[in-house]
Formats: sequence, C-alpha cells, structure tokens
Amino acid sequence: MAKLDLQGVTKRFGDNVVCRAIDLTIGDGEMVCLIGASGSGKSTLLRCMNLLEPIDDGVILLDGSDIAEPGLDPQPVRQRIGIVFQSFNLFPHMTAVENVMLAPRRVHNRSREALLPEVTELFMRFGLADRMAHYPDQLSGGQQQRVAIVRALAMKPEIMLFDEITSALDPELVGEVLDVLRALREAGMTMVLATHEMGFARELADKVCFLDDGVILEEGPPEQLFTAPKKERTRSFLSRVL
Amino acid sequence: MTQADIDGPDATAPGLTRRQVYEARIRRRSMIVAATSTAAVMLALFLLIPLAPGWEGVKKSFFNADVFSKTFPGLIEAFLLDVAIFAWSAPLIFLLGLLIALCRDARSPALYPLRLFGILYTDIFRGVPVILVIYLIGFGIPGLGLPRPWNSPYIWGTVALVLTYAAYVAEVLRSGIESIHDSQRAAAASLGLGHGDTMRFVILPQAIRRVVPANMNLFIALQKDVALLSFIGPVEIFRQAGVYKSLLANFTPYVGAALIFLAVTVPATRYADYLMTKQARARS
Repeated sequence: MAKLDLQGVTKRFGDNVVCRAIDLTIGDGEMVCLIGASGSGKSTLLRCMNLLEPIDDGVILLDGSDIAEPGLDPQPVRQRIGIVFQSFNLFPHMTAVENVMLAPRRVHNRSREALLPEVTELFMRFGLADRMAHYPDQLSGGQQQRVAIVRALAMKPEIMLFDEITSALDPELVGEVLDVLRALREAGMTMVLATHEMGFARELADKVCFLDDGVILEEGPPEQLFTAPKKERTRSFLSRVL
Repeated sequence: MTQADIDGPDATAPGLTRRQVYEARIRRRSMIVAATSTAAVMLALFLLIPLAPGWEGVKKSFFNADVFSKTFPGLIEAFLLDVAIFAWSAPLIFLLGLLIALCRDARSPALYPLRLFGILYTDIFRGVPVILVIYLIGFGIPGLGLPRPWNSPYIWGTVALVLTYAAYVAEVLRSGIESIHDSQRAAAASLGLGHGDTMRFVILPQAIRRVVPANMNLFIALQKDVALLSFIGPVEIFRQAGVYKSLLANFTPYVGAALIFLAVTVPATRYADYLMTKQARARS
C-alpha cells in the first residue's frame, strides 16, 4: 500500500488554480522529487500534503485514510508529516536545542531531561554537537537549515517534506545540507522534495515528477526522465537547467 | 601636474585617504558653524528676554531662588507618591493590555464575545480623554458608598489610569503580534503545535520584544499623566506644588515640579530612543 496517495488534489488561491487534479503516489521509504519552474505548484503541493494549505478538492490518503477531509483536526497529521522550509523558519528567540525541543515538549508532554539524550544524538549525527546552545543568528545558513531538519525529525515523523531547502543557501553550503538528505535516504525515510538540485534528484530519487502549470506533466524514474523525456516542455525545461 | 597637486596639501597626512581628509574638513567646518549659531541664539535670548516689560515680575514669581530652595524638598517627597502610583500601575497596565490584545486575537467562534469586548474596550478607552476617565471612575465609584479604604480616590484614580493605558498597550502589543511573519506560525503549525502554544512560545516572546521601545514611550507618558490624579484628591507633586503656590503666592514650585519630571522623563526618553535605534540596526 502507498504511504501517501494523492488523488485529484486541486488547490486554488482565488481564481488562480495552483494545483489541477494532481495524482501522485509515494511508496513507503521512497524518495520523490518534484521539479519544475518557479510558480509551477511544487511548493503549494508540498504544503497541501501536511495540511498547511487546505485543499479545495481531491483526497490525500495517509496509510489509506483520508487526511484532507474538511473539518478534520490537522494537528495529529502534521505530527506525522514533517516539513522543512526554504527560509529555515527557526524561532529566532530560542537556541538551537530549544527550537528542537519545543514541539516534543508541548505536543508529546516530554521533559527536557527525557528529551536531551535523543536530541543530542540527532545534533551529533548531523555535525551540530557544538552548536546546540547557539541562537539562529549565530549560525550559518547551512547550520540553520540542518537545525531545522533536526527540529522536524525530533517529532519522529513518518514522512519528511523538503521545500527547496537549499535554494536560499550560498553554493558552498549546499553540500552539507544535501549530505543530511543522503543520510536520511539511507536510513529509509519516506521523503518528498521540491528541488532545483537536478544532480541530486538524478542520483538519489526513486521517482521524479515534472510539474508545469499545476499539473504533473511527466513522471518516472530519474534516468528515464532526465535522459529521455517524452514531453517537449520537459525537454525544454531540462535543457535550460542542466 | 603631480598627484600631490590633485589631492591638495592635506592628502599627504599619514595614513589618511583623500576621502577621510575631505570628511574631516567638512566635519570641522559644520561643528564651527553649529557652535557659532547656537551661541548667537543663546546670546539673543539672554539679552532680549530681560528687556520685556514684565520680566522683573516673572523672575520674582517663577524663578525665585528662596521659594525654590524652601519648597523643593517637599516637592521631592510628594513626587514619591507619583512614583508609587506609577510603580504599581505599570505592571497592571501591561498585564491588562496583554489580555486585551489576546482577546482581539481570539479565533474560535465561541470566543467571539471576547473579541468583541477587546474591540469595544480599545475603542472606548482610547477615545475618551484620560482626565474624563479619571473623573468618572475616581468620583463615580467611591460615590457608591464603599467602606474605607475602598472609597479612596487614590485607588480608583489609579484604576482609571490602568484602564486607559491598557487600551494603548493592547494596541501596541497587537501591532507587534501582527508584525511577526506568517512563516513563524507555519513553522509552529507544521510541528503540530496548537494555537495557544504557538502564541505563547513562538509569537508573543518575539512580539513583546519588538514593541519594547513603543511601550517605553507609553510608560513615559504615563509617568507624566500620574499628575492628573491630583484633580481628584491625592496630594502628589502637582497638587503639592499648587499648595505651595497658594501658601507663598509664588509660581516657582511649579517650575521645581517641572524640573523633577524632566529629571525622570528625559533619561527615560533617551533610553527608549537608544533601544529603538539598536533595534533598527539589528533588523537592517
């Protein structure tokens, strides 16, 4: 059974239709990359998946049950699907470790003492052990983004969404964040990425989807989509970014 | 032409760029101009004001050194009451203002009455002059025939100040809450935090910090408005100055009171300005 299954997902902002009846299946432990020009609907689709944006039509099945049903409490769902944003969105008034502990403390009612061992381990795993007591503005962009990933992981999500998480970084900092994604991939995390890192998508994705004007124009394994795209628009997009 | 000719004679000064030499010259010149014009204005004031026909009289009744030294200690003592009223109303104002701001932010339909209350509250208390609120509450509520000490105008006057200033503080806090970018709410929501936790741990700490300078300005204004309570009874500095004025038939105590207020509000204003520039620099 698919971990996350989108059927006919439609999202409008006023008269502007951003996602047009999108179907997408994400298997357990899969890594799916969404590519496409700015404004093609990648980010909105991700934000719909963890209910940050309510969808106008369609269903989203998480382990077979519809999470997009109007009136459903979105909070339990958001605990199961983590998201990392392009602009980090760390809480600037808290240290890195407080950023990470806030949600587990408040939502899971766990104490700082009980959380500290596993949180410390997460920081160590991503090379941030000496940055736990730093405030976000004392960290580099790459470090902030890794803290944001740790913050999402601390809620033990079943799926992780990444919304162009390297787009706001200086080029020399992109590598350290992609390394984190590689490590998560090896650990078997189910992941959906909106990304402009074509090389990375090609190397690690199980499936790549090309979005254009709110529809998935073409999808398939990376070697097929990158080397032999069927649609003209896919070809012209790839020729511009590769 | 050599390079030295182009740069002018000063450019040979050791370790200075042409630009630094030029800026130093401009700075020197503007300082001289500012000092000269200030001196000219001061001199004119000193020479012209005493020429006014009533100057001797004004000097005797407003700037009388004898009266000043006799009344100043009493004024300082009365000022302690102003400080006490300020000290216990300030935290109450902050708490009530915070409550009102949160009322206005209430989202769920069941809490709509709270939201309505918040809106009406700020509309009413920002729309009525402070002195009117002080009269209405300070005379009105003790008029209900409450037993001592609950009929004290000192208590109810302070309550009037708290009610009025809380409305302003609430508006300042609300503007702070609204200034926090939506991405912070999105980040909190994506972690599964509820509305209350998001407000308490993510939005409010940032919002309150951001509006500290604006609130400082309100509290400076409050420090002065404490003097309005004199109209309903408490013998604070303004009323004490009035007593001395009648006793000695001299206005100098008012000047003394003004000096005491300035001694407190000027440093406080400078501090608020300092906080504001610091914040502007941190955000740029």
